[in-house]
Amino acid sequence: MNPFSYERATDAASAIRLANATAATRYLGGGTNLVDLMREHIEQPEVLVDVTPLAQTIEVRADGSMLIGAAVKNTALASDAHVRQAFPLLSRAILAGASAQIRNMATVAGNILQRTRCTYFYDEAARCNKRKPGCGCDALQGFNRYHAILGASDDCVATHPSDLCVALVALDAVVHLQGAAGSRSLPLTELHRLPGAHPEHETELQPHELITAIEIPALAFAGHSAYRKVRDRSSYAFALVSVAAALDVDAQGRVRDVRLALGGVAHKPWRASKAEAVLRGQAATEATFLAAADAELAAARGLRDNGFKIELARRTIVAVLQQLTEARA
Amino acid sequence: MQFTINGHAVEVEADVRTSLLDLLREQLGLSGTKKGCDQGACGACTVLVDGERINACLALAVQYQGRAITTIEGLADEQTLHPLQAAFVEHDGFQCGYCTPGQICSAIGMAHELERNVPSVVTADLTAQRIAFDHDEVRERMSGNLCRCGAYNGIVDAINATFGRASA
Repeated sequence: MNPFSYERATDAASAIRLANATAATRYLGGGTNLVDLMREHIEQPEVLVDVTPLAQTIEVRADGSMLIGAAVKNTALASDAHVRQAFPLLSRAILAGASAQIRNMATVAGNILQRTRCTYFYDEAARCNKRKPGCGCDALQGFNRYHAILGASDDCVATHPSDLCVALVALDAVVHLQGAAGSRSLPLTELHRLPGAHPEHETELQPHELITAIEIPALAFAGHSAYRKVRDRSSYAFALVSVAAALDVDAQGRVRDVRLALGGVAHKPWRASKAEAVLRGQAATEATFLAAADAELAAARGLRDNGFKIELARRTIVAVLQQLTEARA
Repeated sequence: MQFTINGHAVEVEADVRTSLLDLLREQLGLSGTKKGCDQGACGACTVLVDGERINACLALAVQYQGRAITTIEGLADEQTLHPLQAAFVEHDGFQCGYCTPGQICSAIGMAHELERNVPSVVTADLTAQRIAFDHDEVRERMSGNLCRCGAYNGIVDAINATFGRASA
């Protein structure tokens, strides 16, 4: 690990001031990803600004919406009484990720900004356009079982590893940002980028812009929601495919409203808007669910090792929607 | 840097790159906490910070100044093993023993989490007032601690014997 200096922020303004002192600054949350990346020399900051003293509050507003401080620990969010009752898919997504030890350390904002676990990204002997833009991608022709089937490019087929983010994009979460130029907010669906020709640019954040909070708007039917993660072992593994869904079916058995998102399939948490459009207003039947899954996955492309994920995603979407329909009946 | 380690105030000079694990083992001589993978995958380095279990290998020590850290060395008093340590002996909760300090600290942290009604991914009812302390919950909650000897059955038995009855 290269030498760095350590600074402890007291609030967002001090964090940004400390960060702006040098270009090579990284904000430090729980460190569960960043410390590892520093040991591997993938991240080489000169200054670490510890932002864990920032807001650790979980605010539930009168309308049922939530404002979650960026430094809230994953365990705290998954355990929150309102989340468990009103947004169970969020609690389940967090609990499906990592281990209890890591969830106790990791922050919500750190989870959102974690880097891909593509093995070629971690392997200094391999070519990776994220680590060294323009040098090529060894995952394209290599071991790519865990890689993207949607939204990938010829320069990068990495996936975003977060479970939390899949639930958050399903819930229309908004990230609150603060930077040298002031404050702004951005839908989480617009924070992460698709790889295109520049997979090294992973988010729309400006240099040293800081996530200060995550807002979840109220969604009455999200109390009826699920998160299903398919993986190579039943605990402590990244997703092959995951599905976050909330479903509202009316008395006539028609889909009044739905939220659907996929994990493990793309460079960003994948909101399944095409599938949602097929579902709304239609009968909540297996045929509709299959049509919705097919609409979303029409653009999916398999690589050497991950073609199975297209059918796996299709079946998992249908299974989760059926589970939510049957539980309601 | 200042810490409270196993109940004692400790002051130590360390490079900011030092992990909490290396600080404990290399600078303070507390080699009970083990280094397995050094990347958060195996749980051998699990310690308790203010009662919560974390992976000491991924923790920069500088970030934990002022906190109360408990390692395997801090569990027994001079004469008597911690009940969970005794249960590991009784139930053959280890073979080589390398993962054992992490398993034991992790299980103590897990018991605190269950007392606080923290759910897991196998918890059927997230809104239940009390989560059952059963086999599936223990296996899931301990999945961050690997045992390459495969002593899992003994480990789960030892944990159940120590914490199961009180919480059931």
